[in-house]
Amino acid sequence: MSVRNWIHNRPHALEIVYQFTEWVFYRLDPLFARIGYDRTDRLIRPAEELGKKLTFDCRMCGQCILHSTGMTCPMTCPKNLRNGPCGGVRSNGHCEVKPEMKCVWGEAYERSLDMSVYGHEMTMLQPPVNRRLEGTSAWVNMLTGVDKEVPEGWVSVEELSATA
Amino acid sequence: MTDTQRRMKSGSRLERVLRSGRFAVTAELNPPDSADPGAVYDAALVLAEVADAINATDASGANVHMSSVAICALLTRAGYEPVLQIACRDRNRIAIQGDLLGAAAMGVRNVLCLTGDDVTAGDQPQAKRAFDFDSIQLLRTARIMRDKGMFLSGRRLDVRPKLFLGAASNPFVQPYDWRPKRLAKKIEAGADFIQTQYCFDVPRFQKFMQQVRDMGLHKRVYILVGVGPLRSDRAAEFIRTKVPGVEIPDEIVERLRKTPTEKKQEEGKRICIEIIQQVREIEGVAGVHVMAYRQEELVADIIEEARLLPRRKRQDVPRKTEGEQEMLEQRASTARTEQ
Repeated sequence: MSVRNWIHNRPHALEIVYQFTEWVFYRLDPLFARIGYDRTDRLIRPAEELGKKLTFDCRMCGQCILHSTGMTCPMTCPKNLRNGPCGGVRSNGHCEVKPEMKCVWGEAYERSLDMSVYGHEMTMLQPPVNRRLEGTSAWVNMLTGVDKEVPEGWVSVEELSATA
Repeated sequence: MTDTQRRMKSGSRLERVLRSGRFAVTAELNPPDSADPGAVYDAALVLAEVADAINATDASGANVHMSSVAICALLTRAGYEPVLQIACRDRNRIAIQGDLLGAAAMGVRNVLCLTGDDVTAGDQPQAKRAFDFDSIQLLRTARIMRDKGMFLSGRRLDVRPKLFLGAASNPFVQPYDWRPKRLAKKIEAGADFIQTQYCFDVPRFQKFMQQVRDMGLHKRVYILVGVGPLRSDRAAEFIRTKVPGVEIPDEIVERLRKTPTEKKQEEGKRICIEIIQQVREIEGVAGVHVMAYRQEELVADIIEEARLLPRRKRQDVPRKTEGEQEMLEQRASTARTEQ
């Protein structure tokens, strides 16, 4: 889809839009809290799903990390990799699983180079996906903080090196 | 206890060899399509002579074979040193954590954490893919189990699995600049050693290692370079078009094409030895990982002709009783004559 590509290839503009939307959502948080997050989810989800599906081919994992992955949805990688490309990339830079598709992570990496705000987050270690959030609004999950919850045993490098 | 022993994460032979600074050799075992444990021992016998550890693949290429956990359990029983390969393709986090504990209980001390080839690469493309974890999350989980003594859920383990954690790296595919960064991420996640994809393009690998050294990564992880003999130009052509992630430069395929048919296998071996000798000179390379799919009988020759031998006394290779040793040798010799 050429419109999608056109949008995709402006990663810096996208990250600014993201930054702005995030700000708006946090500003509106008291309102959403009043309405109730469940109800907000029902209200926002259809628009979020439609918008993100059209622009990013979003898979509604419910814990969006688009801005940390070069404004490229990692769930569109057939292996759902969230920490970078696998070793199966073809010599033309296309996907091992879908030969007609460019490697999602190859695109993510290139785009991240143009992203002055969030580009560096590509190197962040992404925790395992919480599969229970599938199909829910990532914006609402961001407000409730449930998208940042990690399994109890998941620890940071600092914590690990302190005990190892 | 010496200082080195105290710093050991697993106490595995592979870890000891690498820490001592000796050039390590690991080899990949071709997993049998058989319920006969003898098939595993036959395959291991030809590798154990020269390898510090033997990799048991986890349905590589998404083709089902005997499970890697079972192969490793058989190998530890006979005193061999296995590297358990775990791919994220087939099992979710619950199964994987259970396997890590089970394998450690069976005496497995080395684990290689992989994403895994996609199901579409194999003979059962209709299968459901798991990919609950990616390789980096798997690495971190294994490290949490070892260093924090808990499952991912936070539930305590009575005894921690002592594991030397490995990861894969493929410097030969795009995006090239990202590959050292991904390596750094894997080290952060918990990788102690790296086994790379097949290296046929030495200049490309040198560029990668330059970036790795610039980032200081070679001081934080042991890098074993993947190598292997090509049987013929047709095999090379097949591998580079059908096997995901393997790049073979045209010069190598051309060199094999020009070789007369009866000498192609020998030439493939020659190329492999040359590559070993070249990568050995690169700063930051700690060893080689030999993957000689269906040519396992060549591995010992390759290692010997690459002058990586003699480096070890014979007796500390397999700890087996005399009877067992005899039986295994017999099996191996019948297997050789059958070929």
